[in-house]
Amino acid sequence: MSEHTLLRQEHSDSTAVFGFWVYLMTDCVLFAALFAVYAVLRTGTFGGPGGSEIFNLPNILVETFLLLTSSYTCGLAMLAAHKGRRNEVVAWFGATFVLGFSFLALELSEFHQLLLDGNGPDRSAFLSSYFTLVGTHGLHITIGLLWMLVLMSQVLKRGLKPMTLNRLALLSLFWHFLDLIWIFIFTIVYLMGAK
Amino acid sequence: MSLLGRLTLAAFQHNLITMGGVATMIGGVIAVVVIITYFHRWTWLWTEWLTTTDHKKIGVMYLVVAFVMLLRGIGDAVMLRAQQVLVGSGQGFLSADQFQQVFSAHGTIMIFFVAMGLMFGLLNLIVPLQIGSRDVAFPFLNSMSFWLYVAGVILINLSLIVGDFAATGWLAYPPLSELAYSPGVGVDYWIWSLQIAGIGSLVSGINFLVTILKERCEGMTLMNMPIFIWSVLGSMALVITAFPILTVTLTLLALDRTLGMHFFTAGGGGSAMMYINLIWAWGHPEVYILILPAFGIFSEIVATFSKKRLFGYASMVWAIIAITFLSFTVWLHHFFTMGGGADVNAFFGIMTAVIAVPTGVKVFNWLFTMYRGRISLTTPMYWFLGFVVTFTIGGMTGVLMAVPPIDFQVHNSLFLVAHFHNMIIGGVVFGYFCGFTYWFPKFTGFKLNERLGRYAFWCWLVGFLLAFVPLYILGIMGATRRLDSYDPSMGWQSLFIVAGVGVLVILAGVGFQVLQIAVSIYLRKQNLDTTGDPWDGRTLEWSTSSPPPFYNFAVLPNVDERDPFWEAKQAGTAHEKPVYEDIHMPKNTAIGIYIAAAFFCISFGMVWHMFWLSVLALLAVILLVILRMSDDDTGMIIPAAEVERIESARIHKTQS
Repeated sequence: MSEHTLLRQEHSDSTAVFGFWVYLMTDCVLFAALFAVYAVLRTGTFGGPGGSEIFNLPNILVETFLLLTSSYTCGLAMLAAHKGRRNEVVAWFGATFVLGFSFLALELSEFHQLLLDGNGPDRSAFLSSYFTLVGTHGLHITIGLLWMLVLMSQVLKRGLKPMTLNRLALLSLFWHFLDLIWIFIFTIVYLMGAK
Repeated sequence: MSLLGRLTLAAFQHNLITMGGVATMIGGVIAVVVIITYFHRWTWLWTEWLTTTDHKKIGVMYLVVAFVMLLRGIGDAVMLRAQQVLVGSGQGFLSADQFQQVFSAHGTIMIFFVAMGLMFGLLNLIVPLQIGSRDVAFPFLNSMSFWLYVAGVILINLSLIVGDFAATGWLAYPPLSELAYSPGVGVDYWIWSLQIAGIGSLVSGINFLVTILKERCEGMTLMNMPIFIWSVLGSMALVITAFPILTVTLTLLALDRTLGMHFFTAGGGGSAMMYINLIWAWGHPEVYILILPAFGIFSEIVATFSKKRLFGYASMVWAIIAITFLSFTVWLHHFFTMGGGADVNAFFGIMTAVIAVPTGVKVFNWLFTMYRGRISLTTPMYWFLGFVVTFTIGGMTGVLMAVPPIDFQVHNSLFLVAHFHNMIIGGVVFGYFCGFTYWFPKFTGFKLNERLGRYAFWCWLVGFLLAFVPLYILGIMGATRRLDSYDPSMGWQSLFIVAGVGVLVILAGVGFQVLQIAVSIYLRKQNLDTTGDPWDGRTLEWSTSSPPPFYNFAVLPNVDERDPFWEAKQAGTAHEKPVYEDIHMPKNTAIGIYIAAAFFCISFGMVWHMFWLSVLALLAVILLVILRMSDDDTGMIIPAAEVERIESARIHKTQS
């Protein structure tokens, strides 16, 4: 590649990273709106159960550790990526995927139990806002897992090309961002709601 | 559940008036298809236009769609006014339900599909050129945003043919818009057409913000940016902070309606007022999203046609920044009557008065720019001067309504309707028409006919005053908005007649605009812009040819001034022959169209409860995104020799 092409590639990579940051900020506003809605409707239980009656804190703590650990393995994967160690990248992202998937599975089983107990999102305004806020985070996790699969197949097929590397950087930003959102959900929804 | 969800033959049965609208629409589409087929232009259309990633072509397509939607929106307005005139003597021709659908469609279409379309059209055409860039930061996303906007346009118009539209006003307040009170598909059409268009706007917002911050040419510091770029920066900052709130609000309403949740329902612990807070937390910034670029356009044209530097550049920048921040602190003035209490109302009332201050700063800056300038009264200047008058009136009535006790009197009255049309027509629409006229030669290569432009302007100005001054008076007399009938003994009919005449005058203005474009295209040889600089402009877009080559600038500019092209012309260095290099440009792609088509299917499925269609289309979206993400070869190189050939052909054409 000529120097000119390299410079252009570098510029477009940094533009993509910056653009992705801006996107994450819009996502941040989206979650902020959902948190605000939850805060308003938290007491709107309408005769149904409140947070303290349905939250299973030990379960949530396990979920939290799974997700935090997955952020750590994701960071290790990126370190390996910058050193150009392909197999390590795949291994660490593999671990991230397993952790993220377990998180999702736990969350879905929690939702499933609530539905079985007749405490679905149509039960009360509180449950509507709970399911929507936590579910939106879960949906993001699902997208992240899917994205991870696609990028891993690219890494395995084409190796750690600059373009793939840049895409991995975006994915790791996304994953850490979701971790951050989860900290807020853990605190505001579960810890404050379990009282 | 049936394969077709709730779609039955009854959805296609309409009364005579709706059938007229349907026939006009289908006739128009068939005519376009026949014309394209007759001239064998399908391949050309697909490869040159529909799949393009060129921001200039995307801009032109935005403008075309927005103008077609403007005709639909004005058609709705004429029906509303005709009803209110005729019903004064007991001869109304619209049922209450139909009237409600028409005013809901009018508002929704005018804001989301006309004003937003015109704005993104002008942004696409001008922003990269003014900052000396070859394209926007993400050309593929730009194409996708445009097609999402088109998908929204198609969906909202489809509601006329299949089913019906929301009868809940342009913001669909609950509990009326909840399933219990609006069980049909109308509100769902409203939700989903806004949702897909809104996602397109959000992506465009990110795209233009990043373009402005990352793609400026050498030497263009923030304080060297043209004011139009500053205004777009403010507007896009608002898009990315406000549109996620719209996405959430629409989603929650959809969840209420589709999955039986209780966000805004009257029962179940929901809160309808929360919807109204959320929608205006988006909605008020939206007003400034639309008006800020119009302010930017006026700043450009006043400087150009006064042959002077813009007065008070720094104060203009700070005014934009102030408006950007303050626009998030005033949303509650849309519902002082909520009963938030005196302190809440006082806060929002004061903030509303405060936001008028930076706006006033701008008006004075424009006037001082004209002071002792060499003013040439071209059509853009007419739009500007008309704007100063109408916008100032509208601003004053706005500050009046910022006082909560006064607002309690005129809340939901025609006074309010007059006020916001005063801002949107007299501010936004005049601004975009001004920009359209000013930049038209840049993207077509010839000027618009000045005489017909002036006729159009006078019709719009006079028509606007005739149509809305009576509404101010009626509002004070107690007429509420959205009345499909009123008692003749109220004595309102004569004022409604004046307003009706006003709309007809505006309609004549639109007629002159259509004529102006047609005549200008027909007589284009007489108005050719061979220099690329028809108005003796000041900023970079005038330094390249009209229309610009697809790569915009053969050599990227390097500036150290605020009005770089003007300074270069003064110094005599504007037309020196540069050394050419290879140029990298994005390739065309159809994936944006496919993604938008899939989003359309998702939405259509959601409206009619054909959930299998939504699921399939969602899978299609995922596959398309993966496809695009796996494509490493999205660009192409234009060799320096080819650039030199194109450029010398252009220079040769200019000199001959």
